[in-house]
This record gives sequence, structure tokens and C-alpha cells, in this order.
Amino acid sequence: MNRRSWLVLVGWCALALRPALAQDRFIVVASTTSTEQSGLFDHLLPAFEADTGIKVRVVAVGTGQALDIGRRGDADVVFVHARSAEEKFLAEGQGVKRYPVMYNDFVLIGPKSDPAHIAGGHDIVAALRAIETAKAAFVSRGDRSGTHIAELALWKVAGIDIDKAKGPWYRDTGQGMGPALNSAAAMNAYILSDRGTWLSFKNRGDLEIVVEGDKRLFNQYGVMLVNPQKHPNVKADLGQKFIDWLVSPRGQSVIASYKIDGRQLFFPNAGSNA
Amino acid sequence: MRRANGHVRARADATGPRGLPISLDGVGVRRGAAALLRCVDLVVAARTRTLVIGPNGSGKSTLMRVLHGLVAPTEGRIDWGGLAAPPRGQAMVFQRPILLRRSAARNIDYALRIAELPRAERLRRIDGALAATGLAAIAAQSARTLSGGEQQRLAIARAWALAPEVLFLDEPTASLDPAASRAIEALVRDIHAGGTTIVMSTHNLAQARRLGERIVFLHEGRMTECTDAAEFFRAPRSPEAAAFLEGERL
Amino acid sequence: MTTLAESVRLALGLMAGFDAHLFGIVALSLRVSIASTLCATVIGLPIGAALAVRTFRGRGAIVATLNALMGMPPVVMGLLVYLMLSRAGPLGSLGLLFTPGAMVIAQTLLIAPIVAALSRQVIEDAWLEYRDQLTSLRAGAWRSALTLLWDTRYSLLTTVLAGFGRAVAEVGAVIIVGGNIDGVTRVMTTTIALETSKGDLPLALALGLILILIVVLLNFGAYATREWARARSG
Repeated sequence: MNRRSWLVLVGWCALALRPALAQDRFIVVASTTSTEQSGLFDHLLPAFEADTGIKVRVVAVGTGQALDIGRRGDADVVFVHARSAEEKFLAEGQGVKRYPVMYNDFVLIGPKSDPAHIAGGHDIVAALRAIETAKAAFVSRGDRSGTHIAELALWKVAGIDIDKAKGPWYRDTGQGMGPALNSAAAMNAYILSDRGTWLSFKNRGDLEIVVEGDKRLFNQYGVMLVNPQKHPNVKADLGQKFIDWLVSPRGQSVIASYKIDGRQLFFPNAGSNA
Repeated sequence: MRRANGHVRARADATGPRGLPISLDGVGVRRGAAALLRCVDLVVAARTRTLVIGPNGSGKSTLMRVLHGLVAPTEGRIDWGGLAAPPRGQAMVFQRPILLRRSAARNIDYALRIAELPRAERLRRIDGALAATGLAAIAAQSARTLSGGEQQRLAIARAWALAPEVLFLDEPTASLDPAASRAIEALVRDIHAGGTTIVMSTHNLAQARRLGERIVFLHEGRMTECTDAAEFFRAPRSPEAAAFLEGERL
Repeated sequence: MTTLAESVRLALGLMAGFDAHLFGIVALSLRVSIASTLCATVIGLPIGAALAVRTFRGRGAIVATLNALMGMPPVVMGLLVYLMLSRAGPLGSLGLLFTPGAMVIAQTLLIAPIVAALSRQVIEDAWLEYRDQLTSLRAGAWRSALTLLWDTRYSLLTTVLAGFGRAVAEVGAVIIVGGNIDGVTRVMTTTIALETSKGDLPLALALGLILILIVVLLNFGAYATREWARARSG
């Protein structure tokens, strides 16, 4: 190891540290784990890049964390599915405008043994009541995600104050969708999941879909540009191009064409009031 | 250790020996409650060959380290030819040779680089030192793979190359076989013949008889004798020295 | 156990098939971990050497702190670096968040204390042995430290490898500061975490086996090189 080898090593070090060719046109989109794990981005983003030449870097975390990333100015666009949290984001002046993009639905997953006797139903509220009555094992994400927020809203609609009613049967895991499904499979419990993650989930154990199709299970996605006035580093024009593409007929049809096992997962509804 | 002051001198063999004589005045070294050296008054004159002897634990190593400036006395004063800090131009060889993980020649080169000698001069001295110590054949060999005797000769070669005014040797042959020891003794004689002052400690009486011009005898940290070698071996003045010569353990 | 057998088969299939996506992930893992190990070595070795040969007031406190930092939870380090590199943070204008550069920074900060603490121990032991001779030769603190670094190079290599092992295995820091972005900051460990959370356990385990294999091969290579060099130079 002589002086020359030292220089080679130091050079290597410097080379590895240089920021990745920042001359690429790219944006950072903060989105959710369930969206990424559904596989939508693998289908959607190559089409966007082919159409516009803009690369999209997706940071997939829970909804709450995604919006926080937006608040810190670390992302250019946020793309989540929790309307109330998104409205709050806008009210804080952190976002420019909310555009509805698409919806998918939640499904209630449960064990084949079905201790609450709800399988095959289409009424989520009745199902939740039955679960609470039977004190059947139920796994909650507990992580401020869109799914979690939706779950809490549904308990409310069912007239159950879940903070009071929860007991050992209600397992608040604080995890993402995948890990929560892992836990539910291990515990043979009921769990609310988005359809996309469920369809790609491989570790199902004894679980299956028990309730689906209720309109109240619809899960609306919205996209927002992070406010460049608050965060001057935001790539406003590139980010807006992404949003415009998503709500354009082209983007909407790409979304609709995404299928798992022949089933369409996301239903475009840009321009609606959702 | 007291750091040497002043800029490095390029040549150690300048006119007039610097740093000599070494004078100790009431020097003592204490560590905690133990006194390793006590009340040592000693003068090491230029070009002498002094042997420091005494039983184990008598303070020989400590005295060597004080003389070389590795250990500061806790009592008394020491000066090197009037200087408060030991000048460059002194070298030391330890009981176990400390060599770097590189070739024999490079080990010597290391010492010469510190002395800031130019390259041509360094090469000349390395060749000279290796030849003088009979190590020319193994110049490129890794120092750590040499035998014990060869390693110690290399340590001496390294000191030789520095052309020191004073060479300290702390029991240099303690872990060597008789043949290797004789080789070291021959080298010490050669270096002395070249004008270097020698201060060497040993627990080997026969070696002291062979090599000593002056003898310093230590007992429990005190110097009880400092005299001409012939005198000492004929009629030591102190009872401890007499007993030591008789071979009794004190 | 069927998962294990399935995973082994998957792992072999992935490697034999020269899956390009997998190779990209492996290459990024190695690039990030090697870079951070090198940076941590450049930072940690001089600190370790300085602590070994110099005494000064407060040295004991620094040594104790370094030893404690070896146990820093990666996820905590990730959070700290994230807050520093976020646009809302002090170094936001560097634009390093969610890039491999951020991952290298976080890992470097994690392993530098390990390299410093372990090298300090190695060099201190050597200093004990060399000190009198180096002082006699008037080597001075700076040169002595460099000499010790060179002479203990084989033991230091082990230290560096320990640092590398920690870097390539950690997931808590890189996932926070890197964002696990597909094609940009997704490494072996974060992919394993992702596949686990998707429920694809056989694939996660297969990737884990590949990762272990790479680390084992690297260590074997380092050991062999060390033994060969040692035999040559003693």
C-alpha cells in the first residue's frame, strides 16, 4: 500500500460520493407503500417517462410520513389517498391544488374459519359490528396511513367508539400494509386492506376476502404539487407536468390498463369531485 | 521525555562531541512509592566504554533510560555537555530489538530519514552499516523474519549508521546464544574504536570483564561503585559489589 | 424449512440467470458500502492513531465516547442525518437527501467510530512495544503515528473489514435517508425489507443468502490477500 494506492482509494471515495448525475430531469414523488406495493408505479412511470422524458423517483412511506416529506420540501409532488389529511395539507398552504386521480377499493380480509360469520357479505358496517360483538381478532395498521384513517372512519360509521371498545381482540400494530398482513396471517385475524396490496400479497396463510364491494370501501387518490412558494427548490414545472399527465386522458387510460390476474385495480376519476 | 530542542543537525559527526560529558547530580527516579534510582552522581566522559552492572531489579534499565533521556529524573539534575535536553546524535539498542515490518535496509533507512540525510548519503551509510555488521546478504529480507542474533545486529547496524556520539545498549545480549553474543561484543568494540562513547548494561559478569573500561555498579537503585574496571574486578570497595562478584544473590 | 429450500433454489436461479435488476441492486450495495468504509477509514484511522500515541486531558472521555458510539442504533443515525439533509434542515441546499450520497454519509458516520475505536486499540498495543525505540530515534508524534499505522496494517485490515461488515448489513439508516427508491437508492438490505413486508418471504430469504455469500467471498478474499502479503513480508 503505497502513496499511489492511497490516491486511488481516495479518488474512488470521491467518485462514489458525487451526487447521482443530477443532469437527469427527475422529480421526487412522495407516495404510499400500498400504492407502490400494488405495482402501479412499475406500470405507470415508464409510460410517463416515455411520454415526457422525466424520471420519477418515488419515496414510498405511510400517508402521514409522505405528507410530512412534502411539508419539509423534500418532495416535489405528493400522491396519497387520505382526503381529510390532504385537505389539511392544502389548508396549511403546503400544497397548491388537489386533483382527484383515481380510486381503488378496500377489502375486508379474514380467516377461512370466519369467527364473526361475515364471509360473502357486502356490508362493511354490519361486518365491523359483528367483529366487535364476537370480539374476533382484528389487526389495525395504526400508522396514520390512508388505510388506517379509512378504518377509523368506518368504525365511526358503525357507531362504535373504537378507543373505548378495543380490547385484546383489537391488535394495533403500527405497521405498513404488508407487515400488517403478515401479522394478520400469523394471528388468523381480520384486517382491512387495499385490494392492490392484497392481490400482490403472497403470504396469505388461511386468509381470504370476506367482504367487498361496499361503496363505503372506496379509496380515493389525490395528487398535489408541493407549494413552490414555501419551498423554492420544488421543481414546479416538472411536477405540474406529472400531475397534468396523470389527469389527462392518456394518463387515465394507463391507470385503467393496470391489471393483476386480469382484474383492474384502479379506477380513474380525474375531474370528478372526489 | 525531554524533547530535543533546536533544528536537526544533518551530520552527527560535527567538530567536538556535543552532549558530552553526561553529568548526573543526585539523580533519583521515583514511581509511586518505589524508588527505582537514588542519589546517583555520575559523569560519563567522551569516548569511554562504561559497563553498568548489578543484580536484577537494581535499576540498570532505569539508569540507561535516564542517560538517554527517555525517562526524566524526579530528583536531581542531569545535563548533556551542558545542555538541558539530550541532543541528536545518541542512539540506543534495547534488549529485544524493535524492528519495523519492512526489509533490513529499509529499517536503517527509516532512522536515517528522520535524521534528514540526503539520499546518496543514506545509501552509503546503509551499505556501510550492513557490511560492518555482516548483514549485507540479507539487506532485502524482511527484518521480522531474521533470527534473534541477526535482528540484534540489525538494531546495532541501524545505530551505527547514525554515527552517534553516544551509543546506549540495554542488556543487548540477554536473549542471545553465546556465539551471537560474541558477535555483538565485537561490534560494540568496533563502534567504540570509531570514537563513539559506549554505555552498556549487562548482568553477565564475564561480558563485563571482557568489555568494561569503567564499571558502574548498582544495588537497589543506588550506585555503590563507579570506577576503573581493572580496579573493580580486583578489589571492589563496597560489600554489595564484593558479594555480587562472589556470585551470591543479594 | 421448505421456505429455506425454496429460497436456496431461488437464490441459485437468480444468480445463474444473471438477473440484471438484481445485479444493479448488488452493485449499488457494494458501491455505497465500500465508499462509506473508505471514508470511515480515512476519518477513523487518524483519530485512532492520534488517540493511541498522544495523551491529553479529556482523552479518556473521548475514548469512552467512541466506544459508546460503536453501539449507535443505525435507525437513530438515519434519523439524525435525515434531519440534517432535509430541505428543512441545515444542509438541505446540498440536495443530498434520497440519493446514494446521503446513504454513504449516514453509513460513514455509523462506522467511523468503530474504525476509530478498534484501530486505537490495535495501535495502542503496538505503541507500547515501539515507543522507546521510536522515541530514541526521535520520530516525533506525527511520524510515529504514521509508522504505527503502516506496521499494524494487517490488524487494521481486520478493523476495516469489521466496518465494512457493519455497513453492508445495515438497513435502518439507509432506508430513511435513501428513501428506498427503485433504481436509485434501493440496496440489498432495503430490498430484503421490502420483499418481507410484501410477504414474499422466499424471495427475501434468497436475497439474504446472496448477500451473505457476497460478504463471505469478500472476507475470504481479504484473508487470502493478507496471508499472502504476510508470508512475503513477515
